Amino acid sequence: MAAQDNGITLVEAVTQALAFELKNDPQVVVFGQDIGANGGVFRATDGLQKTYGADRVLDTPLAETMIAGIAVGMATQGLRPIAEFQFMGFIYPGLDHILSHAARMRNRTRGRLSCPIVYRAPYGGGIHAPEHHSESTEAMFTHIPGLRVVVPSSPARAYGLLLAAIRDPDPVLFLEPKRIYRAAKQPVPDDGEALPLDRAFVLREGADLTLVAWGASIKETLAAAEQLSREGIEADVIDPATLKPLDIHTIIDSLEKTRRCVIVHEAARFGGLGAEIAAQIQEYAFDLLDAPVQRVTGYDAVMPYYQLENAYLPGVERILAGARAALEYVRDSGE
Amino acid sequence: MHKPRLQLQASFDIAYLQYLDKQGQATQPLPDFATPDWLSHCHRQMQLARLVDDRAVKLQRTGRLGTYPSTLGQEAIGVATANALMAEDVYCPYYRETGALLERGVEIEEILAIWGGDERGQNFQHAPKDLPICVPIATQMLHAAGVAFALKYRHQQNNQPLQVAVASSGEGATSKGDFYEAMNLAGVWKLPMVFVVNNNQWAISVPRNAQTATQTIAQKAIAAGIPALQVDGNDVVAVAWAVRDAMERARRGEGAALVEAMSYRLCDHTTADDASRYRSASELEQAWQWEPVKRLDNYLRAQGLWSDAKQQDLDRELAQVMEVALTNWESRAPEPVTAMFDHLYARLPEGLYEQYDQLRDEQQGVAE
Repeated sequence: MAAQDNGITLVEAVTQALAFELKNDPQVVVFGQDIGANGGVFRATDGLQKTYGADRVLDTPLAETMIAGIAVGMATQGLRPIAEFQFMGFIYPGLDHILSHAARMRNRTRGRLSCPIVYRAPYGGGIHAPEHHSESTEAMFTHIPGLRVVVPSSPARAYGLLLAAIRDPDPVLFLEPKRIYRAAKQPVPDDGEALPLDRAFVLREGADLTLVAWGASIKETLAAAEQLSREGIEADVIDPATLKPLDIHTIIDSLEKTRRCVIVHEAARFGGLGAEIAAQIQEYAFDLLDAPVQRVTGYDAVMPYYQLENAYLPGVERILAGARAALEYVRDSGE
Repeated sequence: MHKPRLQLQASFDIAYLQYLDKQGQATQPLPDFATPDWLSHCHRQMQLARLVDDRAVKLQRTGRLGTYPSTLGQEAIGVATANALMAEDVYCPYYRETGALLERGVEIEEILAIWGGDERGQNFQHAPKDLPICVPIATQMLHAAGVAFALKYRHQQNNQPLQVAVASSGEGATSKGDFYEAMNLAGVWKLPMVFVVNNNQWAISVPRNAQTATQTIAQKAIAAGIPALQVDGNDVVAVAWAVRDAMERARRGEGAALVEAMSYRLCDHTTADDASRYRSASELEQAWQWEPVKRLDNYLRAQGLWSDAKQQDLDRELAQVMEVALTNWESRAPEPVTAMFDHLYARLPEGLYEQYDQLRDEQQGVAE
């Protein structure tokens, strides 16, 4: 496939991982709307039906509840279903099955049955899509016990984490940041090597500040770190990648060094995952902090139509402002 | 007013099947499978279900069991349905299925465990591929469709005989999108599955005619392109014939079918419900006239296959079975509290070690 010099995009890495598992595990089946002949609306399943057949790569009727629900039944009988939702904004009809059944099957049968499912969904704003196509509601799903929520932020991590998600014995919601589906290319060898789940990735190292971000926001966060570096401020940039269960220890380890933290996400702020990370930081590392944890997030507003979406999404300037607030904070002795 | 001239584009019929009438007299020759042994087996299993059910309600009333959904009056549907499955078929039950679970090999102590608040009850040791009972409405139908896909997929890969997935539900479940989506997929993918709808007339307090404007529940399947029929759900022979026929059809690769079994919920919706608030005593009294156990009993006696003496022996045997199960259930060691984490993920994620330890320590009284 496309492992040329300049590499492949994130969405091509998704295709590459799906193809690898279809080829190597006959229990894997891939299904969703328009994923067969059309190769998916983002082409994430491009060519798979042609290669692996219409009995393993299946177009379903248009019904998200059904897509989520049949995955549960398939998985309980030993298949490895990979279900695609066209957009995260359309996942909600399937929530009943993800929450009430997929995430609980192992527990309620005391390990007799399990749901090794991957639910894939492109998520996030920034591609000038219509209403309901730009949501970033990952925090809702991180609240569900028994579920994993995984978000890749590069082609290599998309490939390695998707392989891990497919091979994992439990259900995984795999959210693909569609804004960076084709933003960059990277060589990704098709060697079937999975990356670890439940482990954060340190994308950049520095002693002055900890920046935590995931998905498409990694792009602006790395750009902000670059800008800060030019000003002589070096930041750790941490991508949790698995949002649930969260690897807080990598973040705490970073704070031992930097003592200041900014969390960046494009989801709305209230009850967002930034709140959970900030709460855990103060539980585990209150004494380490030299400044309150800053959150740079989307607004607690409905994701606007695309003419206003750039005003909604946290950009480099907003991240820099958050970083400066963290860096410049001086504790008032209060005496 | 001008009325346009219309042409008939499609038409359908819904058949109704009955073998034993309300008095237990045969309305037509019984099918070959309905041998004296088979009829006696169903008779016994229906009475066992009624006994377990009765004890479960009493246990709830004395605070030893949580909320329990009685199956009183609908024993024929569960027993006949589960009896039609082979061991390798997969049953996807809703929550009102004590008779079916017993027939499927689930043990009485497992059923008591489930409603007694112990997840180990869903570990169905003798039906290891069956789905756990499903409390949300109609979701099990989509799971059954997924199961049916998996069974068909296996069949195509290994050339093994085609197995069938069976989903049960009440008639209220047919108001949900999950029901339509499952039937639609079963039709278009020709899935080996059978829908068995227990039309017991009441979805908690909402009667059937406030639930749907269709003449039958069965005809809902027509829209999905799958065949359906209505049967007398208090006639164990009729239910068995319909489910067996649908299973055989599915096994031949001809796809899904739906059976609407007409019955009546003689009990409250659950032990947390009081049906006298919304339905009349006379309606209930009337429904008792066509309940399934008495009907089969009458038939067997008329054939010389049953007697008071045999009934007394059976009563003694079932009481014994129930006592043993109660003792087994009550003497179970409690599950360790950490079980809530032990089966949450295949391996406990590191991020949960702390909560796991806290829970264990609290239980051991270590934490102060």
